[in-house]
Amino acid sequence: MNRKQKKLLVRIIISAVFLIALRFVHLNPYIMFALYLADYLIIAYDVLIKAGRGIIRGRVFDELFLMAVASVGAFSLAVYSKSGDYVEAVAVMVFYQLGQLFESYAVGKSRKNISALMDIRPDYANVEIDGKITQLSPDDIEPGTVIIVRPGEKIPIDGVVIEGSSSLDTAALTGESVPSQVYGGDEVMSGCINIDGLLRIRTTKEFGESTVSKILELVENSSSRKSKSENFISRFARFYTPAVCALALTLAVGVPLFRMLILKSAPSWSDWIYRALTFLVISCPCALVISVPLSFFAGLGGASREGILIKGSNYLETLSKTKTVVFDKTGTLTEGSFSVNKVYARDGDDEKLIETAALAESSSSHPISRSIIEKYGRDIDLSRVSGVREIRGKGVTAEVDGKTVCAGNGALMDELGVKYTEAPENGTVVYVAVNSGFLGYIVISDTIKKTSAKAIKALKESGIKTVMLTGDSEAAAKPVCEALSIDEHVSRLLPAEKVAKTEEIIRSTAKGKTAFAGDGINDAPVLSAADIGIAMGALGSDAAIEAADVVLMDDDPLKISKAIKISRKCLRIVYQNIIIALGVKFACLILGAAGIANMWLAVFADVGVMIIAVLNAVRALNVKKL
Amino acid sequence: MTGKYNIEVDCANCANLMEGAANKTEGVVNAVVNFMALKMTVEFEEGADEKKVMKKVLKACRKIEPDCEIEF
Repeated sequence: MNRKQKKLLVRIIISAVFLIALRFVHLNPYIMFALYLADYLIIAYDVLIKAGRGIIRGRVFDELFLMAVASVGAFSLAVYSKSGDYVEAVAVMVFYQLGQLFESYAVGKSRKNISALMDIRPDYANVEIDGKITQLSPDDIEPGTVIIVRPGEKIPIDGVVIEGSSSLDTAALTGESVPSQVYGGDEVMSGCINIDGLLRIRTTKEFGESTVSKILELVENSSSRKSKSENFISRFARFYTPAVCALALTLAVGVPLFRMLILKSAPSWSDWIYRALTFLVISCPCALVISVPLSFFAGLGGASREGILIKGSNYLETLSKTKTVVFDKTGTLTEGSFSVNKVYARDGDDEKLIETAALAESSSSHPISRSIIEKYGRDIDLSRVSGVREIRGKGVTAEVDGKTVCAGNGALMDELGVKYTEAPENGTVVYVAVNSGFLGYIVISDTIKKTSAKAIKALKESGIKTVMLTGDSEAAAKPVCEALSIDEHVSRLLPAEKVAKTEEIIRSTAKGKTAFAGDGINDAPVLSAADIGIAMGALGSDAAIEAADVVLMDDDPLKISKAIKISRKCLRIVYQNIIIALGVKFACLILGAAGIANMWLAVFADVGVMIIAVLNAVRALNVKKL
Repeated sequence: MTGKYNIEVDCANCANLMEGAANKTEGVVNAVVNFMALKMTVEFEEGADEKKVMKKVLKACRKIEPDCEIEF
């Protein structure tokens, strides 16, 4: 609790105790009045001052005004009717202040909770100057500087490890609780916590461009983009308070006049004024105004704890209405890195086949060549290779140990007149021939991510249709779709066609929204075209972060269904709060106008509902088990 | 040009009202108050003097919520 809150708490306790004590005191009515008035002023003085200032400045219709009028009115009524019952007037104020205290405490608490989650901002970077380690502000570090990160410290700036090895805690960034190992030469992201080893890191970016800055910027901006529900509530509040005041005035003045002049019956002023005052207390819009943004804030906070950055409450709202998820294939559902899946040597010597192919491909940087070299796994003696010739779109030929080796697709073999056995497998096939004699083939394909199947299943269970779009051939696309049981797929799409196809899907999904999930490399236009663009593991790509509405910190497709579940839970809570708050208020308003509700019920309708709504809103933060 | 400022305000409704007041201020194209993050994002008209406009914004907000604070 801060100082302001503590002061308020003390005032609440004093005036509550005082109020109870006064119940047992019986003195001269004037002295009693003075004592109650004193108690009332203890608890209400700031509200009265603020309300008064509001009136002077011509701004009358706010909750302070409502509370001031209601409690002063109740006080005056007690004087007027000589009932001596001032308890209600004071109690209304005590409860109102208690509600205020609770609200500011709850909001402050969840604000702190959420910022603690995002506590990834590094305060300093260690730099070695003249043999001494000096702490500098990360802002002042130029790219290419060597920084030192000790165990327990955060990596302040993105870079490459040049010395040392350690395990890194990436939980704050990705929600992944298993530490990742890094060794010399590995790239590291800022925001990770170094667990056990001393690392020397050469920075590759400025602090402002580093992962951690990007994330913080995203998170800080996120709740500024307001959802429809939030805009509805603030618009609603703007009209609601004046409307309620007008109604209260009608109750207090209009109805008695009507009774007196038209019905010719007793006006019973005090009864109707009392009802009008009850009305004012009930009508405070705070429960509504606070609980909706709080729910969204908690939802966004809970999501970022899971490594899901959502750029605004409006996106959280759209995400909850997602009915179709369109996936990119490579890098999203599959690893996006090629690996050797099968080696078939005609003479049975697989080792020899791989070695020959790796040597021939040794100077190529094509992903397929890389995967063969990786499979070979040993150092390549470049002196054994000469005369490398790359034939675009077909393969390579080279002299290896004095023999002519060619490695490439079927077209290359045909061109060179090599007789080969066609591979029955799907994927990319590299045929290898030595001195025009067929040696065997290597099948290379992209592997499906471990969690893809689970992710698709989870989406289906949430009633979401899945579609896969890819630029690859049908032969590469179909097995992936079958393995994952994806509803629909379209293959051989150029980037522009992906946009058109996504737009077509958006049009055909009449109700509900369409999300597109991609790895962000070259699918930025599609990310923007979809109702919701989800970029995975996109921290490296600025274009993707810019274009996406949801950024997944790691590239686990399971997070997509999790994000949708989080958004649905959050929106459910928002609607619950709107219904509870409005429902209870309207019920009490009707009861109040009918003269059934008294001040005590009114206080419950105001403060009680607010507390319930706030507690409910905080639930949105809890998303671990979704 | 846009600027982001830390603000201090006690209640959510007041934050809404501050947003309304800021939006009506001369030189402001669009203002968004984020009560949960206690931040105000203001988009200025072209050529507007940031400091001068923010002074007016603060004045307008003080009218609504005398306790409020905007750091600029």
